[in-house]
Amino acid sequence: MKIDLALEELHHSENELAGQLLTISDRHKADHEIFHVARDLAVWSQHHVREIARIGRTYDLDLDPEPEGDPTILQKLRQEMSDRLGRRSAPALLLLRDLRSIYMDASGVSVDWELVGQAAQGVRDRELLDVVQRCHPQTLRQSKWANSQLKEHATQILVS
Amino acid sequence: MSRVDRIAEPWGSRTPYGPGESWPVRVDSYLGNGLSEDDVDRWVQSATILHSNGDGLDIAVKDGRIVGVRGRADDRVNHGRLGPKDLFGWQANNSPDRLTKPLIRRNGELVETDWDTAMEAIVGRTKQLLDEQGPSAIGFYTTGQLFLEEYYTLALIAHAGIGTNHLDGNTRLCTATAAAALKESFASDGQPGSYTDVDSASVICLYGHNVAETQSVLWTRMLDRLAGPNPPQIVCVDPRRTPVARAATVHLAPKPGTNVALMNGLLHEIIGNDWIDRDYLDAHVVGFEELEKRVQDYPPEVVAEICDVPADQLREAARIIGTAERLLSTVLQGFYQSHQATAAAVQVNNVHLVRGMLGRPGCGILQMNGQPTAENTRECGADGDMAAFRNWSNDAHVDELARIWNVDRMQIPHYAPPTHAMSIFRHVEEGSIRFLWVTATNPAVSLPELRRVRSILSQERLFLVVQDIFLTETAQLADVVLPAATWGEKTGAFTNVDRTVHLSDKAVEPPGEARADLDILLDYARRMDFRDKDGGPLVTWSDAEGAFEGWKECSRGRPCDYSGLSYARLREHNGIQWPVTEEKPDGTERLYEDGQFFAAPDYCESFGRDLITGAPLEKSEYKALNPDGKALIRAAEYLEPHEVPSEDFPFWLITGRTLYQFHTRTKTGRAPQLQAAAPDVWVELSVGDAGRLGLGEGDVLEVSTPRGSVQAGLRVSGIRDGVVFLPFHYGYWDEAGGSEPDGPGRAANELTPTDWDPVSKQPIFKTAAAAVRLIAKGGGAISPAPTTTASAPAAGSPPPTRGGAAAEAGEEVAAR
Repeated sequence: MKIDLALEELHHSENELAGQLLTISDRHKADHEIFHVARDLAVWSQHHVREIARIGRTYDLDLDPEPEGDPTILQKLRQEMSDRLGRRSAPALLLLRDLRSIYMDASGVSVDWELVGQAAQGVRDRELLDVVQRCHPQTLRQSKWANSQLKEHATQILVS
Repeated sequence: MSRVDRIAEPWGSRTPYGPGESWPVRVDSYLGNGLSEDDVDRWVQSATILHSNGDGLDIAVKDGRIVGVRGRADDRVNHGRLGPKDLFGWQANNSPDRLTKPLIRRNGELVETDWDTAMEAIVGRTKQLLDEQGPSAIGFYTTGQLFLEEYYTLALIAHAGIGTNHLDGNTRLCTATAAAALKESFASDGQPGSYTDVDSASVICLYGHNVAETQSVLWTRMLDRLAGPNPPQIVCVDPRRTPVARAATVHLAPKPGTNVALMNGLLHEIIGNDWIDRDYLDAHVVGFEELEKRVQDYPPEVVAEICDVPADQLREAARIIGTAERLLSTVLQGFYQSHQATAAAVQVNNVHLVRGMLGRPGCGILQMNGQPTAENTRECGADGDMAAFRNWSNDAHVDELARIWNVDRMQIPHYAPPTHAMSIFRHVEEGSIRFLWVTATNPAVSLPELRRVRSILSQERLFLVVQDIFLTETAQLADVVLPAATWGEKTGAFTNVDRTVHLSDKAVEPPGEARADLDILLDYARRMDFRDKDGGPLVTWSDAEGAFEGWKECSRGRPCDYSGLSYARLREHNGIQWPVTEEKPDGTERLYEDGQFFAAPDYCESFGRDLITGAPLEKSEYKALNPDGKALIRAAEYLEPHEVPSEDFPFWLITGRTLYQFHTRTKTGRAPQLQAAAPDVWVELSVGDAGRLGLGEGDVLEVSTPRGSVQAGLRVSGIRDGVVFLPFHYGYWDEAGGSEPDGPGRAANELTPTDWDPVSKQPIFKTAAAAVRLIAKGGGAISPAPTTTASAPAAGSPPPTRGGAAAEAGEEVAAR
């Protein structure tokens, strides 16, 4: 049985996604919707990390329930930089790149949830299936958000 | 006829009536300079501006000047009544500082010029930028105060002439969430209810809607029900002790930013007690199961903790709503300008859907607007939506519009959602929009975080055109200023909150060289030589009636169908509710009778958005969710607000309005009675907070956030503990600074954050954290806050707000 491996991978990828969302938020503070919504969506991934750590115990996993933190000083620095660069259009391309990577990462996490969901059905673990059914839809919403932001921003950035 | 001081008594005298009866007629009037009705040369029909109620009135004209107003007894909206802003606000038209000539910036100064020079400068820069960068360099920021014909022409010019999707109105600040919430629940904009629902409702719920001050004549209607037999019960949700709260059976005063938790708590009780209409849900609604599951997390005790509202009050409110026989709900800025705006407003729709209370007398939803013509901004697409509630994500709709406009579909930008106002200003900030044309609005006072807004608007690289009737704070930053005509000086139609269309006829000539906004736009289109795909002129009309006829064709078959209306019909009977068709020439009182919606996938205006992320749904997702075009229940979880009180900023800051002023006071500040009633900015604190800090009436306080600070005189009011309130009307045009503070700030938006609802894109003015500091003791000074309204004193006894002889208006109650 390799469910523990899948859960370990998921725990890792959700942690990464939460960190990515916080980073893109800080880096694009002058784009206020990105700044605020990315933070709201990071909370979902942080919650998923806790859920995975909790359910992981059933599979003898000792996963850290605390999401990996973002050092505050680095965060402040990024926010200040983005505020200062807010008047220039060059960071706009960076925004597209960052949104693209959120979209890709969230899609990856979504696949991880699918794998765990398949496994949960295989072993008839109702509790695990319940976690999947609660968390996975939020992952899909994260990737749809990144995709919609890409569509919304791409034209202006690329044609001007 | 009796005379009433309408500053002291804003809602006038009571004419009580019972459920199901017709609201008695009471004709209000006011004429300036001691004139009587015998002195008036002629009366010209119109409706009220300075709010969204659309009260029918006649404009009194003498010697070519407007001299007063009188309510129309036969108008379905007001039955003759007028509010204080209507009675006195028209005087601003005659103000000596009206703009009468175009201005252009030369060597850093705005100087007078002629129309040719001004328009050629605008056209020259437009063409240059179209060559250099293309349509993405051009943006338009309009208003909720022009006429229908002007919005439709502007939408045509921007979307098909220029081909830009950078077009929005200041309606983004006032009514965007109303539209978004209706699109979420019914897949199309369009007000379900009617004002006549007040006449028969048994329960009226007002969610963040201080109707007594925002639509004073609608409140008069409610007051008359309250004074009559079998009055309705009132449920009020508002952190301030408004006139509505004082009249309420239950007043819930939640912490700012917690509306979604509150609504989920109410729905928890309504569903848990089985106060729901299963038959209605089965036949007409999708999505109930999701809501049922979602609200399980919000029992009264949990909600009481989040919102700081007693659990028993919450239960009592839910019982009143849940057992109401005929339920009317209204929603405004307390929800729309707060955290999770659309998610909260949608839950009000959900209450009506689970209770099956829609499309019948007394059972209605009024998702309100703030401005007189905001509804038309939405319908005509001047807020970025597609004209006549068409769907940007439906290629067939784009093709249809391209056919009506006779342009190639590629000319109409439909590749992405329209650029909302906050995003337009962001593009100006980073330099990709280099031409911005502002019509009839004042972003340098009304947008959040003013220091940022001023720095955006005063950039050298931006070409800023401002079209207005006064030299506003924004106009002072412009490169070209165009003097416009206003209400009473031009003809056009406009539509109120409950879909009532009025025609407003021209009564007098505009001052000097000022021109109707429509004529300015038509002149621009001619000079730009916009063409359709056959080489003919893109804009085919040359006057307001022609534009209205064009709009009728555009709206035909859509939810907001005007095809059965005409100027002639409106002159014979002003005030008809759309849709109006040949089959229904008298209009439509209520939408969604018999559970029929505009929600079929091929017909609907919107597939909806994710209530948390704001991401639009795809057509395929919507089709799977709602193949039969039913109403949609959409649930949402409460999220913690983005800015919460801290040690350094311990108060919640909310901003808002007062009855006597409108927007940035460009008109009301020039009407002596109104300006005297609310002459300057004030700040409100609760009795508890003021006592704890040793503060009292008239003390000068500084209110600050990380964005800036404002100084104001304190009024200790009935606001809830922990919240500080500032009115947002007060800018700098009548101060030394002109367009910015010269000394301490006075505009509330110096303090507000740049943050918006991800669904409606409406900025958040009612969820921020602030600090309060004493600058000077008042020593007997009186706060400039009115005593007649939500700012009524809760401690001390400042003299009551009075208008005196100058504010006496006529009141004539018709015999029943």
